Amino acid sequence: MIAIIDYHTGNIRSVMNALARIGAADCVLTDDADVIRRASHVLLPGVGEAGTAMNELRTRRLDTLIPTLTQPVLGICIGTQLMCLSSEEGDTTCLGIFPTCIVRFQSLKVPHMGWNTITDLRSPLLRGIDEGAYVYYVHSYYPECCDCTIARTEYGIPFSGALQKDNFFGTQFHPEKSGPVGEQILRNFLAL
Amino acid sequence: MLAKRIIPCLDVKDGRTVKGVHFVGLRDVGDAVELGSRYAAEGADELVYLDISATHEGRHTFTQLVERIARAINIPFTVGGGISTMDDAERLLQAGADKVSINSAALARPAFISELAERFGSQFVVVAIDAKTTPDGTWRCTTHGGRRLTDVELFAWAREAQERGAGEILFTSMDHDGTLAGYPCDTYAALSSQLSIPIIASGGAGSIDHIADVLTQGRADAALIASLFHDGVLTVPTLKQALLARGIPVRLSQQDNKSTSQQVNRWL
Repeated sequence: MIAIIDYHTGNIRSVMNALARIGAADCVLTDDADVIRRASHVLLPGVGEAGTAMNELRTRRLDTLIPTLTQPVLGICIGTQLMCLSSEEGDTTCLGIFPTCIVRFQSLKVPHMGWNTITDLRSPLLRGIDEGAYVYYVHSYYPECCDCTIARTEYGIPFSGALQKDNFFGTQFHPEKSGPVGEQILRNFLAL
Repeated sequence: MLAKRIIPCLDVKDGRTVKGVHFVGLRDVGDAVELGSRYAAEGADELVYLDISATHEGRHTFTQLVERIARAINIPFTVGGGISTMDDAERLLQAGADKVSINSAALARPAFISELAERFGSQFVVVAIDAKTTPDGTWRCTTHGGRRLTDVELFAWAREAQERGAGEILFTSMDHDGTLAGYPCDTYAALSSQLSIPIIASGGAGSIDHIADVLTQGRADAALIASLFHDGVLTVPTLKQALLARGIPVRLSQQDNKSTSQQVNRWL
């Protein structure tokens, strides 16, 4: 069973539609700690403002649960940002899983919107994905590069397109909107 | 490097796609979900679905269609046409749309842009502007598919839309739309220099060169294409290959990419 964490944020339907397209039928939208703990895979999606999203996790006491999970966990967009140390957006303290901070783009057009390339790929999450493959981004804040960076993207500066630490994975891009490349990444995650 | 986006635009009436030059003389070109899936598979970067029946007829058909599109399509898509209330927008977003495009309703009540951006985020809000030049040489916005001219000046309105939280501007010159004679690249470049959000060019393309021009000289971030695709004059892959050959960064579909040598994920 795949648990998609429900914490009152956007784009959850998109994620569920994408999982359905790749044949993952057994998905549950939930904020129940027991259900999340029992799941084979956990997804933390999200669209919105980091401070608000973090508060939604806290009110559900998921901020203490998520870092203790041992099955594969995948953050998407804001979900990934919440798994980092902190975010400039709303001066937010996050879950501290990935040892990096979320900062705002200072140059070029903001939001960074559209298809950009991922390079320096180094994770089973990105198995079979070509160097320089395009994925879809929509965001104004980004995770800085660090030891846990498993894919880099350039937009004025290089940043973490994807991160991994142990069983925790995160993509700043939207695999659920990234065509066949995104579907392959979601399949890879479910195969972990 | 961020790619320039190619966005097929599908006008929808009663669940089927149509396209008319200057918005009259509609012609059925097929099933909306099937056509959209084909464009996505060919390497379209996003899709725009405009409900051209929305202002006149019931919108239930379109909402149901949006649910089907969201289930079938694996790239982002925008919906527009007759969206004038928060309920309209929320219903379409709940159905699975990634963005909404608003036009006449925003001109009638600019606070609508702010309300949408605050509730759903700027990334959900595309402000479409249809403008035409007036005898005094200024660009003025139009509503209702170009049929009504307003006093609102293009550049002032585009800046206000951005300040109110628009995530993108979709600008169509009603002087050029349907002419196949190219885009007003100077106007696009001027818009781009005044705005910090992405600009989508729409209306006027008759050739690959026109599209290349608006993405380079016009500094547009994306091009919205309808007739050239629907009429089979161009396909997404041929257009993208040609843009790439002109040095414009575009995303090729995986199939097209196989012809170029790729370095495989070396850590595996």
